[in-house]
Amino acid sequence: MTVLTTNYLTPTGREEAWRFTPLKRLRGLHDGTAVIGDRHSLLTQGQLPAGVSFQRESLTPLASSDDIIVERIRGAQSDVAHLSIASNTEVDGPIFLGRGEGALDSAEFSRVRISLGTHAVATVVIENTGDTVLAEDLEISLAPGASLKFITLQEFDSAAVYTARHHAVVDKDATFKSITVTVGGDVVRILPTVEFVAPGGSVELLGVYFATTGQFFEHRMHVDHAVPNAKSRVNFKGALAGRDAHTVWIGDVLIRAVAEGTDTYELNRNLLLSDGARADSVPNLEIETGEIVGAGHASTTGRFDDEQLFYLMSRGITLENARRLVVRGFFNEIVNEIAVESIQERLMSRIDAELERAGA
Amino acid sequence: MSTLEIRNLQVSVNTEAGAVDILKGVDLTINSGETHAIMGPNGSGKSTLAYSIAGHPKYTIVGGSVTLDGADVLEMTVDERAKAGLFLAMQYPVEVPGVSVSNFLRTAATALRGEAPKLRTWVAEVKEAMEALNMDPAFATRNVNEGFSGGEKKRHEIMQLELLRPKIAILDETDSGLDVDALRIVSEGVNRAKENNNLGVLLITHYTRILKYIKPDFVHVFANGHIVEEGGPDLADKLEANGYADYVRK
Ligand SMILES: Nc1ncnc2c1ncn2[C@@H]1O[C@H](COP(=O)(O)OP(=O)(O)OP(=O)(O)O)[C@@H](O)[C@H]1O
Ligand SMILES: [Mg+2]
Repeated sequence: MTVLTTNYLTPTGREEAWRFTPLKRLRGLHDGTAVIGDRHSLLTQGQLPAGVSFQRESLTPLASSDDIIVERIRGAQSDVAHLSIASNTEVDGPIFLGRGEGALDSAEFSRVRISLGTHAVATVVIENTGDTVLAEDLEISLAPGASLKFITLQEFDSAAVYTARHHAVVDKDATFKSITVTVGGDVVRILPTVEFVAPGGSVELLGVYFATTGQFFEHRMHVDHAVPNAKSRVNFKGALAGRDAHTVWIGDVLIRAVAEGTDTYELNRNLLLSDGARADSVPNLEIETGEIVGAGHASTTGRFDDEQLFYLMSRGITLENARRLVVRGFFNEIVNEIAVESIQERLMSRIDAELERAGA
Repeated sequence: MSTLEIRNLQVSVNTEAGAVDILKGVDLTINSGETHAIMGPNGSGKSTLAYSIAGHPKYTIVGGSVTLDGADVLEMTVDERAKAGLFLAMQYPVEVPGVSVSNFLRTAATALRGEAPKLRTWVAEVKEAMEALNMDPAFATRNVNEGFSGGEKKRHEIMQLELLRPKIAILDETDSGLDVDALRIVSEGVNRAKENNNLGVLLITHYTRILKYIKPDFVHVFANGHIVEEGGPDLADKLEANGYADYVRK
């Protein structure tokens, strides 16, 4: 075990990037007091298909980061768990990655790379489970024409702390679709970030989160349109129930002066299922050129629609079941995109259970 | 044999300016097998009557009673009213995003029948109900009322009426927005429900044309929050010719 002593700038909570995060609950990940355990929890599940490899190796980062925790991870960890999909490989079915045993008395500083060669096509699912303290620097590299569907499931147990940057570097005509699901953990803070490095890329960042009593879930997008003719869509839906459930969604989209022909839209919708919960939603679109196809954002926070509940109940459905249907319906749009039935069913039952637990 | 009894029903709606009285003492008795048409000017309170019987939370019951076979309907939750045998086909059916028609129908049938219908017979039952109303089977996978045209929403309401088999149904302007063919198809659906389940019907409408298909036993004129005249089917023709001028002035 090593203790990190390097003197980085520790956030105080006044910084824009940290103003919502409960720093005290981060178990020292942000200020260097976390004891770094010798864990490499990311595992492949089952046999890897041809053209796919998974190994630990030393890699330099793809992109710089101004996130303090990512910097600390990079300072402490040179080993990267690398899932590589060779050029022109089209993988049938999802590649599943899971987690080995975690721990709460020490932290894991994890570096992950997912790289797709030119015209490779794959679906990767990461199932994050258990009680653990995990800080992760996850980078995705998409070569020209590659296409990745990237599903991360934060189904942690109740004490887990997970902070991560999921950063995708998207080359010419590559397609990236991510689905970020956060339904478990004490504090989860994910930075889904995207950087286009050549024209013609297309990105869809989708997500769902459901926070109940006391949970803090933050999703902070950053999409950098630094090249012409790229397309991005962001759609995150969240529900909150119970006292002090708190979610944060930040959607930073930057269209640089050179990024003519950009097409972007971002959307965040929150469903507040009880009093005492708080949903922060901040879309932030910065446009440096007028020569674009489109740019827009929308953010809504609402409660149960009485008309919907009345309609369902007028057909004999109990209030409890009507609420369940409406919440499932709210999430369906995005959960359906996962297109792995076993995962969809598991998530929907978890959502039912969370709803019941919160008594909403 | 069932009886829905509405006695001196008084209902107000909460507005920013305080409670506004809408229903001012409605008396009406509907027995199984009977069809009662209610006609009346816009804003007279017809939908308020329908929603109050179904238990919409927006309305406050100020006085009177509603009973179904002696049981106090006003004491029941909305779903209990449906379970007791009441059904409301709404003037403006509600969209429920992300909930498929097939999931919705099965959940409702399970609730009303007390057990989940057997999958094989259920699929056939739904298919038959959709075909009878000339609905594309694709509707089963669409979300409830989402993006449905006005007429499609109404067909969907009557499809539920047939599948859920209530004792007494209130049809609030089910004929509005239907083309001539749809009017006939939807009316046939209501008549099937009457025949198969001895359904009692309270039919709210502005037009006599639906009464050519669904023959009313009684016609009631509704104005200013209560029933101002009652008669047989010929009263509807009189209204069509003369309008409501005689009634609203009172
Ligand atoms: N929230 C509200 N605030 C104020 N007035 C209301 C509210 N809800 C209903 N009302 C009033 O109650 C009255 C009765 O409405 P209702 O919908 O029952 O009429 P209706 O007879 O069904 O009319 P239509 O033939 O147009 O469907 C109307 O005057 C309407 O404006
Ligand atoms: Mg009306």
